[in-house]
Formats: sequence, structure tokens, C-alpha cells
Amino acid sequence: METILKIIKYQLRDVLRSKWLIAYLLFFLLLTYGLFRFAGDDSRVIISLMNVVLIIIPLVSCIYGTIYFYNSKEFILFMLSQPIERSTLYTGMWLSIAISLSVSFIIGITVPYLLLGQVNVQNLYTFALLAASGILLTFIFSSAAFLVAVTNSDKARGFGISLLLWLFYAVVFDGIILFTMISFNDYPLETPALIATLLNPIDSARVLILLKLDISALMGYTGAVFQKFFGNMLGILIAIFSLILWIALPFVTGLKLFKGKDL
Amino acid sequence: MLTALKIFFFCFFFLFANLNYVFAKDIFVGKGEKHLTAASALKAAEDGDRIFIKGGYYSECPIIIDKSVSIIGIDNPVFDALSKDEGFIIRADNVTIKGITIQNSGISYIEDKAAVKLESVSNCVIEENILLNNFFGIYLSKVSNSAVKKNRIKASNLKETASGNGIHLWNSNNIIIENNSIEGHRDGIYFEFVKKGEIKSNISYKNLRYGLHFMFSDSCYYAGNTFKENGAGVAVMYTKKVTMTDNLFVDNWGSASYGLLLKEISDSEVYGNKFTRNTIGLYSEGSNRVKIYRNDFNQNGWAVRLMANSVDNVFSKNNFIGNSFDVATNSQQHYNKFINNYWDNYKGYDLNKDGKGDIPFRPVRLYSMIVANTPTALIFLRSLFVDVLDVAERALPSITPKTLTDEAPLMRKRL
Amino acid sequence: MIEINNLHKNFGKLKALSDIDVTFKKGDITAIVGPNGSGKTTLIKIILGLVRRTSGTIRYNGKDINGCSYRSDIGYMPQSPNYPDNLNAAELIEMLKDIRGKKESLDLELIELFQLSGEMKKSIRNLSGGTKQKINAAIAFLFNPALLILDEPTAALDPISSSYLKDKILKENHNGKAVILTSHNMYDIQELSNDIVFLMEGKIFFRGSPNQLMNRNGYENLERAVAGLMKELFDGNDSKNN
Repeated sequence: METILKIIKYQLRDVLRSKWLIAYLLFFLLLTYGLFRFAGDDSRVIISLMNVVLIIIPLVSCIYGTIYFYNSKEFILFMLSQPIERSTLYTGMWLSIAISLSVSFIIGITVPYLLLGQVNVQNLYTFALLAASGILLTFIFSSAAFLVAVTNSDKARGFGISLLLWLFYAVVFDGIILFTMISFNDYPLETPALIATLLNPIDSARVLILLKLDISALMGYTGAVFQKFFGNMLGILIAIFSLILWIALPFVTGLKLFKGKDL
Repeated sequence: MLTALKIFFFCFFFLFANLNYVFAKDIFVGKGEKHLTAASALKAAEDGDRIFIKGGYYSECPIIIDKSVSIIGIDNPVFDALSKDEGFIIRADNVTIKGITIQNSGISYIEDKAAVKLESVSNCVIEENILLNNFFGIYLSKVSNSAVKKNRIKASNLKETASGNGIHLWNSNNIIIENNSIEGHRDGIYFEFVKKGEIKSNISYKNLRYGLHFMFSDSCYYAGNTFKENGAGVAVMYTKKVTMTDNLFVDNWGSASYGLLLKEISDSEVYGNKFTRNTIGLYSEGSNRVKIYRNDFNQNGWAVRLMANSVDNVFSKNNFIGNSFDVATNSQQHYNKFINNYWDNYKGYDLNKDGKGDIPFRPVRLYSMIVANTPTALIFLRSLFVDVLDVAERALPSITPKTLTDEAPLMRKRL
Repeated sequence: MIEINNLHKNFGKLKALSDIDVTFKKGDITAIVGPNGSGKTTLIKIILGLVRRTSGTIRYNGKDINGCSYRSDIGYMPQSPNYPDNLNAAELIEMLKDIRGKKESLDLELIELFQLSGEMKKSIRNLSGGTKQKINAAIAFLFNPALLILDEPTAALDPISSSYLKDKILKENHNGKAVILTSHNMYDIQELSNDIVFLMEGKIFFRGSPNQLMNRNGYENLERAVAGLMKELFDGNDSKNN
């Protein structure tokens, strides 16, 4: 555990100096600043920001995580010739990436918010929810990226799979489920629909924010399961739990494979 | 003209009442007074007398007022109907009840038991009373030229059937309902067959069914009220010539809940209202020639749901901001007009700088049509896939109504 | 010091190493020699735990090499090192110190010899290949390891640095350290090692001193002797295949 913290310490020093990460920070900084400046209404800003968070964060986490892992190939060899456990190194590297991406994102959105936004209880809560979702998605998709990199020795292939993974969860998944729903219109679909959203971390994060942002619309749905889910803390708890599971699952799988991998 | 007439009537009755006071006497009720009960004072009173009731607890309900007297509380006297009877039953004209707390009128499934009941009278004033835990609060039946003002009415029954309305009007005319607060009743304010009613600056909230339930009441006017967190919002139905202005419809949530329901309303006006965080902001069914303008629709699930049997309504200069859906409908055909509204979802441009977008806006999303058919699809709100679908549909409309467009949407929000 | 018994390694169907029995002793400088793809790097990586064995036992000082603690006794110099782009060498060394928790003095001799002190604060990204290799070598010796594993140590070094490094290897060996190295440069091996393991197609074909190898076929230098051995084995294979 102590060694993990040491690895994170030095890795963060490395990653936080990387120009990609600085670009990522600037992206959120400029975007959020621009939104607060020109979109006017604060709730409007949060809606726009939510769209970006749900799309860009998984994409960048996927790509950056994969590239980082491949580029660290020799460094991994070097580190593992030291008295360091594989699990320690893997965990340390992943946390470094996830933390540094999260930090960039948080600074990028928070600074303009504090400068230009109207900080009040209502909107602080939604903002915090958005920030938390962004962090969870960063952890999820960077751990997925590591898993992809561990299972594919070929860089180009791994990179491609990473992109497809993003495309699948960001767009294709919802399309498939939506068309399935429309075709099975006559059946009770609430429970399957809820399960489906839990099977996609981007959807879970989206629902988590919807619970705050669009509760007026969600409460308009007649189904008892939805009402129960959206009407109280249960929905929030289930969504958060599923997101945490989504972090743990690829991470543990990747770690297990990494332990047995020939480097 | 109408208002002038109203003022005239009011002045006239006011004079009449004053004349009466010249010969009137004051009677006091309470500990240490000649009369210990209101009933005994009423027996001794004549038309035009004032009965002052001192602070204390009175369990003599029901009290039947059959003389034109004023009953005025001093230091908050409490009348308790002990969950059996009614509070005050007014059967004479020119009665005032003021500054009294009335509580626990009995629940009945046969009879509408009320804290204050007015039957077939006129020129009465019910003001500054506190009504707690009553079945019905203030009940007016065949009443005219009267006012209900500044009362605080609160009940806490959880079942609709065990709960009556806060202020209930039936078959009355020329009534002013002003500055009351009503909480926790079945309907906050109930209007049926009322003519020339005015509902102003009331707060009606957390009522089990409607904040305002309004039917067959032509030429009425309501303004500056707040309707908040009511079970089903506000329903205005089967009426002509209603004016609804400067009201606040807020936080009315539920599967059958709207800020404002317009059902078979015609030739009416809805302007200057704020619809905020309702499941449906404004729901229009079978309503015709209603002008809806200068309203703010903020953060509603559906800002407007417009059924195809609504015709010739005009929406103009409204602000639509932060709603999950701007407009939903149930048909491809449409005969309503949207013009010069501000839509935060509008992505057009304004080359000639006249403040209006050069390309029309289609407020009905394909996704809202999908949700109408497959309600479960609601769970994909704000998903990238759905946004992509909407963009495609806006480019090549095929399912959404072609005629439902705002030809000249505002570029900036109307202030 | 390291005792390997009955070691097998398969990459899928490919047998990278089969039935390896070998020990590396304290005080030896063992060169692992063989053609490309013979399994040299695989063997080193298995000793380091970077590649997982298919079967067999590897003991370090009598204990199987599970876990990672035995690696604190090893200094490893990889063939093509790569370090985080945005750290400098000083930070890299600081990190290793931190992770190993070493408090006693470090062996900084190579850093002095290679005159690296001026490069320590530069981002590693901006250093030349040769300088990186020097840092790589310096780090291998840094913690006074009991066992040095050097993969092509002199490749990419200029002649002066190369000779410094070889002197250092001999010196540390003299101090009682075991050394395992690979090299394509047979003159270096002749100069450094007293022990040779010849690998081909994942099997050990020769184990002995350089002199024994040269005497075997009467060659005068090691390069010729190794070439001769390879040729012999290739021919033998061909005749077997035919």
C-alpha cells in the first residue's frame, strides 16, 4: 500500500507535466468558461457540460489510458525488475492516470464555475453530482483502457478496440436498447430498461444526473418501478453502486491478467 | 366596464353597511362578559351589530348566523367543531367573520361539512381567519358579491376522500378570493359555475389534488397566485373567457400532474405566468383560440403538451429554458401557431440582425414522439444517441409535425 | 545463488525454453550466449519474474522466487530502457530510493565515471540514447546488488564508457557479486566472463569456461569457437531433419 502511494507520487509528477494532460485541462477550462460566459443560464451550462462529460471523459480516458500503458512498456519492465509487486505497479499506474485526468477535469470546470457561476445550494448539488460522475467515468474508462492494453499486445489493435469500446458505450448500446424497446413496446419494459442502463456506465452516470436535472420529466412516467427508482434515494444508490462495480470489474480483471502476463 | 360596475356595487354596499352601523351596537363575548357564548350573543343581536369575541376556547359549534352581523375575534378565539359538526353556517346577508380560528369540522361522506359555510347569501366578508384541520374550509354556495381574504387554511389529511376543498365555490358570482393561503386540502380552491370571480395573490400548495380546480366558470380572472407542489397542479376546464396572468406554477410533479391544464377552454388568455419544474408545464386539450404569451417555461419535464384537438391557439414571446422537452404532441397535423418565442435549444443564426432567427425552429423532437409511444424510452433522455436521432429528424422531418414550427424564434431570451 | 531446475517455457505452441537446468554462483560472471531467438532474454526475464515460467523451479538462495522481495538483491540493466518522459534522472533515482526504502549510501561511482551529474536534472525525454544507457547502467549498480543481470551492457556505449563499465563489472565481481550478462560482442565476453551458457532453440548445448569452449574445437578466440558451435549444431539439425 505504501509502495502504491510512492509510485503514484512519482507517476503523478510525470503525468501532470505531460502536454496532453495540460491540453485536457485547458479544454475544460475554456469550454466551461465559454459556457458560463455565453450560455447565460446556469442550468443551461450544466446541461451542456453534462453532454461533454458523458462523451469526452470516456473517450479521453479510453484513449489516453491505452496510449499511456503501451508507452510505458519498457518502464513497466524496468519497474518490475525492482522489488515491486506487479499488482502494486498496476494499481499505482492506473490510479495515477485516473487521478491526474480527474484533477485536470475538476480544476477545468471548477475554476470558471467559482468565478462566473452563481454558487447556491441547488446548483452546487447538481454541479457536485456532475463532477462526481465525471470522476467515476474517468476511473471506469481508464481501468477499461488498461484492461484492453493488457489483453492486446499489438498497439494499433488495442487502440482500435479502445475506440470501439467507447463508441459502443457512448452511442451504439443506447441505439440497440432503444430499438429493442420500441419493438417490444407491448411488454412491461421498466425493469429491463433499468437493468440495461446499469449495464452501461455512461447510462448509469447519465441517469444519476437526470435524477437531479430532469426529475420533473422522470416523475411523469407512470410505471411503478420507475417511480420507485426515481422517487427516492434508491435510484441514486443503485446508480452509484453500479458505477463502482464498473470500476472494480475491469480493474480486477486487468490486474489478474497483468499478474500472469509475460512482459 | 365590468370593473367599473364592480366598483360601483362595492361602494354601494359599503355605504349601506355604514349606514347600518349608525344604529348598531357592539356586543362582547368571553370570560367576564355578559355573554359567554357566541350563540347567546347572536340571540341578543340585531342586524348591523358587531359581536366581539375575546380570546378563548369555544366548543359550541355549529353556530348558525341568521342576522346581518359582524363577528370579530379579539386575541384569537378558537372555535372547535370537535370533528363532528360544522363551524359557522351563514344564512344572512351582510355577515363578516374576521380574526377567528376555526378547527376540526367533521369529515363526512354525505355532507360537505365546512369551517365556514355560506348558503344563498350576498355581501359577506370572510377575512383574516385561521382554519385548521377542517374537512372543507370556506364553502360558498349560491353566494354573490362577497369576499374571502387573508385567511390561512390548512389541513393535513392524507386521503383525498377524507379531505374537502380549502375554498369551495359553487354557483356563485362576483366573488373575490384574495391573499389566502391554502395548504393540504383536496383542492386548494374550487370553482364550479362561478361568474365574474377573481382569484388574486393566493398561495395554494401541497393540496392533494388540484391547487385550483376550475370548471364552467366563464369570465373569471386569476392573477398573481402561486400554485406549488399540488398533486395534479391546476385544472381549468369547460370555460370561456378566462384570464390567467402573473401566476406561478411550480413543482407540480407526478404522472398526471401539470402546472396548468387547459381542457376545453376557449377565447382565453394566459400571459406573464411562470411555469417552473412541473412534470408538464401547460397541457392543452380541446382548447381553442387561447392566447399564450410572455410566459416563462423553466425546467419543466414537458414545457407544453398540446393535443391535436386544440386549434387556433397562439404561443408567442414565451421563454423556453432548460425543459426536458419543449413541446410534445400526439399528431402530425397541427393548427396552432408558435411565433417569436425564445427556445434555448434553438441553434439557428440571425444574419439580418433583427433579433429573430432566420431558420424556423421545430420544438417537437422525434424523441418526444418515441417517448409518447414507448414511455420507458424516457430513460434515454439526454443520451448522445437520442440527440443524434433528433438532429437527423430536424434535418429531414418525417415523423414530427411539419407545420408545428416557430418561423421566427427569438435569438435572445425575452426579458 | 540461483538454481534453476527442469525449467520449461512455452509461448503458446512455441517452446521457448525446455528442460533448463543451470545454476549461477556467487563470484561468477556468466555469459548467456546464443543466436537470436535462442531464449537468452526469456531466461533472464524468467529469473527477474518478468516472464512467467510454464514449469520448473527457480530458487534464489534456496527459496523459490515467488513474490518480489528477492529482486532487491538484483541490479538489472535492460537492453532498451525507457523511463517516464517528464521525470529527470535525479527524480528517477529518488523514486527508486524511496520505493526500496534504502537509507545506506548508494554506489555513485558510475555516475561520476560517466560524468552524469550535469544530466541529472534534464528531462529524460531530451537525453541521447547513449546517455540513457549510461543512466541505465548506473542505476543497475546503484543499490550494491548481490546479483547483476546485464542485457547487452556495452551496446550503444562509446569505447571509453564501455571500458569504464567493464572495469566496474570486474571490480564488483571481485567484491563477490554474481553477474549474468548477455552480449553479441564475444570479445567483451572473453574479457569479462569465466563461465558460458550456450543456448540454442531453448536448450543448453554447452556449459563451461571460455577456455573449455575454445579448446573443444581448437579455436583461438571465443567468437570463432561460438560460431563453430552454432554451425555444428545447425548442420546437426539439418542432417536430423533430412
